[in-house]
Amino acid sequence: MKYAVSWLAGAVLGVLLFLVAVYYNPIANRLTVSPLPVSGQPLADLAYSTVPAEAIAYTNNGDSRISPYPDKIAELWEPTVRKTTVLVTLLADGRGQAKGVGIKFASESENTSLLKGHALVDSAWHVYLPESGSLFVDQTENMWSYARNIVLPARWSSADSWRGTWHGVTTTGPNAIGTARVSGSSGRFADLTTEAVEAIDARAYSALQGPVSASGRLTIVAAEPVAD
Amino acid sequence: MFKTFIIGIISGVAIAASLLYFIPVVDQHREASLVSVQANGGNTELFQVNLPHDRIVAGAAGRDAIPASLQWPEAAVLGDTQVELFKVRNRNDVVVGVASRISGTGTVSGSVLEWTLHLPARGTLYASMQPQPDDSGRWLGRLRAATREFADMTGSIHERRVSPTSTQDGEADFEGRIELVTALVGSSERSK
Repeated sequence: MKYAVSWLAGAVLGVLLFLVAVYYNPIANRLTVSPLPVSGQPLADLAYSTVPAEAIAYTNNGDSRISPYPDKIAELWEPTVRKTTVLVTLLADGRGQAKGVGIKFASESENTSLLKGHALVDSAWHVYLPESGSLFVDQTENMWSYARNIVLPARWSSADSWRGTWHGVTTTGPNAIGTARVSGSSGRFADLTTEAVEAIDARAYSALQGPVSASGRLTIVAAEPVAD
Repeated sequence: MFKTFIIGIISGVAIAASLLYFIPVVDQHREASLVSVQANGGNTELFQVNLPHDRIVAGAAGRDAIPASLQWPEAAVLGDTQVELFKVRNRNDVVVGVASRISGTGTVSGSVLEWTLHLPARGTLYASMQPQPDDSGRWLGRLRAATREFADMTGSIHERRVSPTSTQDGEADFEGRIELVTALVGSSERSK
């Protein structure tokens, strides 16, 4: 009996040790520097707020702590779309001037592997900038660092919140160097094939409401600058 | 007993690693793809949107918004831009994804009409359409980009409006239906 108890205690400790190792996995450190500047091509930055209440619209399955916005927007409760969120937002240039509208679809990826520190999201941007044209961004994002550094500390905090300064590049693919794939469709982007990365700057997060103060930035390698 | 404890630790690590490795963290719900093979190669698939129930968002300057509480931004740059967001159904009327439809008149691009279909378990399709319908009332479009299951495909997409009287008469709150028909060919088929 005492051997069984001893084994069980060891197994519980082993599971805990393993979970701690996964949580502090040094290989899963966030990427803070965009891989794009090394290309030497002109860049364009499109900024937006990641706070749902500051967007035009945001929806999810309705069970999340992050409430859909605005009131009475249809929720994605059907089984096929339950793990998907949609954000409709105004996109601004580096000076904060509105440039167009963007719709971001984001679905949890089946390639997610916590063993590797990969909390993956398959996301796609449909972007329309009336003064420039339209484009589509296909990307894989790794939200593990965001979850580990912001979401989990907020949930574990007695104040149910996190405050600080956090910057991370979330894009990890599908291109080999960790960039997103951009396909232009109209205007100055017609037939353009290029790359992009998305980054998040977070300053405050509530475990009860989600992002309180945070912004996203979609940086696109462009044949011509579109926003700055 | 100490040896048993150490073996327990190793077992615990192995069990946790195995569970994380073999049990998928994310398992997207799938509906069968209702694809028809085309006679000249490739395949065709029908997606549909029942109006008004499947419309999640509709926003444009000077128009009634959906939902009514939606605040369309007062940014002059948006001009006549119209954004719509829908749930998308397959031929069997089961929701399989979400889609955006953006239209507007740009200073550089002229009239733009585009669709993005996001099917979480399969991938995303991005198509640009002719801004005006043809004689049969269809908006013809071309696939511009696609991801995952559709990544190596090219082809066309067309949009068609089905009026309520032709299919669902009797439902007073039914506005009609948008049908999106894809005709796609994979790269391996093109090279034959």
